[in-house]
Amino acid sequence: MRRVVITGQGTINALGQDVPQTLAAMREGRCGIAELELRDVERLSVRIGAQVKGYDPEALFNRQQIALYDRFTQFTLIAARQAMDGCGLSFAGELAVRSGVVLGTAGGGVNTWDENYRTVYEEGKNRVHPFVVPKLMNNAAASHVSMEWNLKGPSFSVATACASSNHAMGLAFQLIRGGAVDVMVTGGSEAMLSFGGIKAWEGLRVMSKDACRPFSANRNGMVQGEGAAVFVFEEYEHAKKRGADILAEVVGFAMTSDAADIVMPSKQGAARTIAGALKDARLNPSDVAYINAHGTGTAANDKVECAAVADAFGHHADELMISSTKSMHGHLIGGTGAVELLACIMALKDGVIAPTIGYEEHDPECALDVVPNEAREVRVEACLSNAFAFGGFNAVLALRRAP
Amino acid sequence: MTDSVREKVIAIIAEQAVLEPGDITPTATLPDLGIDSLGLVESIFAIEEAFDIQIPFNANEPDQSDFDISSVDAIIAAVEGLVAAQKGV
Repeated sequence: MRRVVITGQGTINALGQDVPQTLAAMREGRCGIAELELRDVERLSVRIGAQVKGYDPEALFNRQQIALYDRFTQFTLIAARQAMDGCGLSFAGELAVRSGVVLGTAGGGVNTWDENYRTVYEEGKNRVHPFVVPKLMNNAAASHVSMEWNLKGPSFSVATACASSNHAMGLAFQLIRGGAVDVMVTGGSEAMLSFGGIKAWEGLRVMSKDACRPFSANRNGMVQGEGAAVFVFEEYEHAKKRGADILAEVVGFAMTSDAADIVMPSKQGAARTIAGALKDARLNPSDVAYINAHGTGTAANDKVECAAVADAFGHHADELMISSTKSMHGHLIGGTGAVELLACIMALKDGVIAPTIGYEEHDPECALDVVPNEAREVRVEACLSNAFAFGGFNAVLALRRAP
Repeated sequence: MTDSVREKVIAIIAEQAVLEPGDITPTATLPDLGIDSLGLVESIFAIEEAFDIQIPFNANEPDQSDFDISSVDAIIAAVEGLVAAQKGV
């Protein structure tokens, strides 16, 4: 069976504008959540978020590019540039045809929608910029990546709310394993921290106004983040032959649907997906030392997720570590699984487990080792990354140390 | 004004529960009436719109909220308090 390895990674998020900065922040347990800086923030009741600060798009993109690149596309291209420079591949001839791009995003060009609705509704103008449609479409980021690096194989975007990136990366894995392609650029992006984007979330009344404290008894909701992470997935023999630097191996993926509730998570659905990923990866539960949790910091998710892990792992649930890095980089919605994969790679490659920061009070309903507040050094052979989306769509990835 | 708050709140809850206002008993809880967590959030939104008030409510910690949702009567009392505090009537 064809094996799939990761040979490139890149990111921009509230913790850093590249992978080393982000991983340093995760090791230190630094929090990227702060007061939001955006137009009309005084009309919001939720005023914190994990925003990318000190970011100047005009220093990185020219006027023509900015006319076409929404913030979520800009983040994608920044992360993709790092991943592509790191992987050492160039795409021409047969390799271009055997390579594609699949990226997750829940909202796509949310800022572009927001700004142009203001133009026509609030300002009463009857004309918007001609490129609004190609700028806001969900597949814009994937399309620009394909054009920038000449990727001519299967390419598309995935929108499954908070599981978008995990679905995208799972599909990239399956496309390579199944033989359709040799290389996939994958991951995800989100830039939903606009007035309208936050106002919509406020309505659900699941957002915290002060901090994201996953698994802590006093948790009071999720905090939104923004950014992107992009990876190069490559068929193992292809990577080995060219002497590529292999970061980790992707060994399994499972996706399921709860078919139950539009917002409430399901223990059975989550447990079934975790067990499915282990089976697909041919891993025993005892092989898994670390899980990067979905861990949103809502009352419902965290207790259901812990119960699902206990169900799927049995006694081994008490031996493994499970942390939620959303406590630091916030919930990147459709981009979150991609940024969280960075923490999985760090665990496998560097033996560093990113902590769940903001942890204050033990919750008997989340009685697992949640790696509270401080990173830990442990050698990890295999790990999982969970994503459980609104709509009941679950996606879990399984990874191993580089072969 | 008290009666009108009571009537409006009961009408909102009845609509959410798909019941007649006469079937909404004061001691009933929202789960008694078949209103789930999404129905609760939607009811709170409808009450905010009807009275032009802000209701402090976080679905993650319903018990710690200043807004008592333990029964229909409790909700009515809480809305009356918020209307008085926020609208000064």
